[in-house]
Amino acid sequence: MQRTYLFLFSFLMLQCMQLQAQDSSLLRLLDDSLNADSRQPQEVTGTFKATQLINLPTTESPAKKTLQFLIMHRFGKLNEGAYALFGLDNATIRFGLDYGLTDRLSIGIGRSTLDKALDGSLKYKLLQQTEHSIPISVSLYELVNHYTLRYSDKPYLNARYRTSYVSQLLIARKFSRSLSLELAPSWIHMNLVPTPDDKNDVFVLSAGGRWKFTKRMSLDAEYNYLLPNQAVSSNITRSLSFGVSIETGGHVFQLVVTNAAGMAAPYYLAKNTGSWGNGDIYFGFNISRSFNWNRK
Amino acid sequence: MAAVSYMSAHGQTYLTRNGQVSFYSKTPMEDIKAVNKQVYAAIDLSTKTVAFTLLLKAFLFDKQLMQDHFNENYVESDKYPKASFTGSFKENIPATPGKYPVEIQGQLTLHGVSQPVKIPATLEIMPKGLSSTAIFTVRPSDYNIKIPSLVKEKIASQITVEVSANCSTVK
Repeated sequence: MQRTYLFLFSFLMLQCMQLQAQDSSLLRLLDDSLNADSRQPQEVTGTFKATQLINLPTTESPAKKTLQFLIMHRFGKLNEGAYALFGLDNATIRFGLDYGLTDRLSIGIGRSTLDKALDGSLKYKLLQQTEHSIPISVSLYELVNHYTLRYSDKPYLNARYRTSYVSQLLIARKFSRSLSLELAPSWIHMNLVPTPDDKNDVFVLSAGGRWKFTKRMSLDAEYNYLLPNQAVSSNITRSLSFGVSIETGGHVFQLVVTNAAGMAAPYYLAKNTGSWGNGDIYFGFNISRSFNWNRK
Repeated sequence: MAAVSYMSAHGQTYLTRNGQVSFYSKTPMEDIKAVNKQVYAAIDLSTKTVAFTLLLKAFLFDKQLMQDHFNENYVESDKYPKASFTGSFKENIPATPGKYPVEIQGQLTLHGVSQPVKIPATLEIMPKGLSSTAIFTVRPSDYNIKIPSLVKEKIASQITVEVSANCSTVK
């Protein structure tokens, strides 16, 4: 009797072991062939959550058939004091609409209250970072800015003079799941500058990044370095901005502190006069919402 | 003896690299569906064992944003790139063509968590190959996938998973 049990037991054990061995060998077989096949480089996604770091555009753009509505809002200066509730009485706003024509190409329009400026833009992803092969993502951003603020005393200020052009090369790398950095050289051509000593073509080098401290929240920073001896007639300062981004489903909220009032490229890159030292600090936020038509 | 059993086992192993796994999350707020057509599956009739493995990044969604959130926030496919299933069934499958229901007991591994699951499935013996289909549900919470309260109403607590794989014999 006992022997029968022992036999049965050892038989069952053997069966189990064989089953388990088969189990894992079958899976190992699959995993091996999956690993062999998945050598082709995988795209690195989510380098940045939003299409702009704070003011600076990121390499991200809305996916194909996705419309993004962007509200950028900056209150007044902190140093306006208690009378203006430390800037909260005043506001500068830019509304933007960006649409993804393809996953790599998007077009956008925007309207700022500052100078009543309109802007149109194009963003094209030249390079997409992939695991193991392409180390960086590169996007080209082209923007035309045209302001419509009326000056009754400057009748010569026609449409040509009111327009400026910005070309930016956005170079970004996602170093880890939490850290992404971006470097962006910009070339700005302004059709009209205040004096003949000011350059019509100015160059700016921007750097920024985000550090994700939870899955849905990140700290962002950006600095835009206007190369010296380009805008000489007025005291132009370089803009430095910090932000916290919170992502919730289709929305990205960004809370921002910056010394730049303008949110379209020529303003925060080459026309900024606010200084952190003087307390020209603007509190604000960006909200982006994505709408999608890509139903299959 | 071992050689014979190995050969016979080998002869009855069915494989595919184009299996399909799709999942659905239905809530009054939002419908989410995704499909992965690069699923690796193996079924061995002699040992009555089944294995599936797939890359989570290969799930395609209607909305790019959903796909990004799925990979970054929920399954964390940079940390846990694969999901896999291994299991076995007890039913005897005759060699004659036809559809045979089976119950597969096994382990589903997702997001670094392995859970025992029972999956009712159908195996279909075809003149050339073996087809398998199954529908079952998965609770994200069982696999340590946390859904923040803000989007809780948009993601179902039970996700329906549909599997189909047309496997052919190993040459």
